[in-house]
Amino acid sequence: MANLGRAGTASASTSALRLALPSWLRDASQTQRALSALVVLSLYNAIFTNNFLTLATLRVNLTQVATIVIVGVGMTLVIATGGIDLSVGALMAIAGMVAPKIFMSERGPLDSPWVAVPLAIVVPILVAGAFGVFNGTLVTWFRIQPIIATLVLFLGGRGIAKALSDGKLVEFRNPNFDYIGTGRPLGIPVQVILMAIIVALAAWVMRGTTFGRYVLATGGNEPAARLAGVPVDRVKIAVYAISGLLAGLAGLIVISLNTSADPYRVGEGMELDAIAAAAVGGTVLTGGRATVVGTLIGASIIHQIRYTLISHGVADGTTRIVVAATIILAVLLQWRGD
Amino acid sequence: MATGTTDIRGERQSERWAFVGSLLQQQGVLIALLIVLAFGLLRYGENFRSSFNIWEMLRNNSYYGLIALGMTFVIMTGGIDLSVGAVVALTSVTAARLSPHGVLVATLGAIALGLGIGLINGGLIARFKIQPFIVTLAMLLACRGGALNLAHNANVSVDFASGFIDLGQKNLGRIPVPVVITVVAYLLASIVLNLTRFGRHTLAIGGNDEASRLAGLPVARTIVSVYALSGALAGLSGAILAALAFTGSPNYGIGWELTAIAAVVVGGTLLTGGRGSVWTTLVGVLLLGLIFNELNFERGKGIFELTQYWEEVIRGAFLLIVVIVQSRLTRRGPAALRT
Repeated sequence: MANLGRAGTASASTSALRLALPSWLRDASQTQRALSALVVLSLYNAIFTNNFLTLATLRVNLTQVATIVIVGVGMTLVIATGGIDLSVGALMAIAGMVAPKIFMSERGPLDSPWVAVPLAIVVPILVAGAFGVFNGTLVTWFRIQPIIATLVLFLGGRGIAKALSDGKLVEFRNPNFDYIGTGRPLGIPVQVILMAIIVALAAWVMRGTTFGRYVLATGGNEPAARLAGVPVDRVKIAVYAISGLLAGLAGLIVISLNTSADPYRVGEGMELDAIAAAAVGGTVLTGGRATVVGTLIGASIIHQIRYTLISHGVADGTTRIVVAATIILAVLLQWRGD
Repeated sequence: MATGTTDIRGERQSERWAFVGSLLQQQGVLIALLIVLAFGLLRYGENFRSSFNIWEMLRNNSYYGLIALGMTFVIMTGGIDLSVGAVVALTSVTAARLSPHGVLVATLGAIALGLGIGLINGGLIARFKIQPFIVTLAMLLACRGGALNLAHNANVSVDFASGFIDLGQKNLGRIPVPVVITVVAYLLASIVLNLTRFGRHTLAIGGNDEASRLAGLPVARTIVSVYALSGALAGLSGAILAALAFTGSPNYGIGWELTAIAAVVVGGTLLTGGRGSVWTTLVGVLLLGLIFNELNFERGKGIFELTQYWEEVIRGAFLLIVVIVQSRLTRRGPAALRT
């Protein structure tokens, strides 16, 4: 089990890499480093990228980063317990395919938008949450490594999403439902408000509640946590369930933003984005240390790198390579006890 | 069994369980294969046992066989390689681009690229102690990106005049070339695993990383080697796929890592490393291939509608059942199984 996470002690090579950094960067925490990277990136864009400093650009960027952050918060909790959730992208797709089935059916009570739309929001999120419980059960009761347990839905889940729509793209126009992707109370996009609430709530849970301490204790030293009376199994099932719920919400945001649900594209590659956001932000991938605000910063960095490259006309393929390199670099710079 | 006053009957029973468990673990996949095979022979008759069906099924599972072989070595060291599907996509495009220069250049080019990617994976994992799944997941992203660039976001047709397609289409006697390649690869791998120092090191590291290091085994070198092997075999697999399908595509190989992992695990190789065999992996690949072959026949009978999308669900469910059974068996009789 422990062998899959081969991140034990810092090796000689990482220390050498560490010494190559300037001292202020070496002494800073990962989250502080991430914040400085975000500032540098934003300054670069402010000077060299056209139209970066406009309200419209900010709004578009915030809209796009919101889904990564929402999924990333769930991932942060899972990683904090020493686990990982590779199924988030597929769960987004499932939620995204279930919702149109509900608000487009117009059968019986579903004919009224007052019934259909709330159901189309609540049910898919709960379905994704139920799959999260499934992941958690595999990890706790069956003692299957998190990577393998969530790999089942990483592929199987996308298969379910495709089977739900026969592999076809579902297009729709439903102004009531679309509100969660396109609504703008007070000029702020709805998903940005949702993102802010989720980040604030999760940050408070991790800092100020018993559950938050249980999560960190589980990831820090599981046997010790168990002996100290932490309900380790229940904590783990809870974090996978939260990750599923949040992935479901993100799936709904994506389809309402596109006014269509594509079982191939919804949430594609999201697992890596979310893991990267957490890792770049300073959450330790072996568990026990987590920062929700760091994940917000990490997601912003990942997104802004992609935005910068695309707006400077770099090919999509190259953009992916650069993002992959960034993730490796971020994990490389992360070491225990920073 | 913690107390000293264990009654003999209980102990006998647990011994019997351990025996059944170990038998199931070691021979279960072979038994399952025979059952599935017998089912197919009885239900689908003539068409199923026609040599055409059998050779085509084997031909179309050869590329799974190759990536599962590499995955076996990686998993035996306690690691995982999530990049193989993307490497297949990238190298299929590479092979298609190189195909005008002949079969040798295209195939070796694809293998060399896969090997290089594997060396980077292994280097990052062994030297910098980054978790294997992070490195190989990032590599998955990078290889898909590289494939898109190399293919200019489209499928790349192979050259038909250069003889490159022989790699996938030709037969040696009655046996398709990809099948010959796969069997040779498994033979070599079996020799390497059982008779060389590298093979022993691979198993030792998976069994106990720290002890191997303290015993002076070349842990880093072995880890780099298994990922390089996995990458090279994925490269070979990509070249064969391009020759079989006449095109290289950045969209090939999606989810193949799961198929490979499922085949390895159903073969009884422990996901935590330290134990495994290449032949049981091959049986695992055949079992999966046979199941999907029979599902095709079933679809042909028209008794139930099963869209292709369910195939992914079934693959996922298959892996799920296998890991659950494995985790149960491993826990039931640990003493008998650690042999």
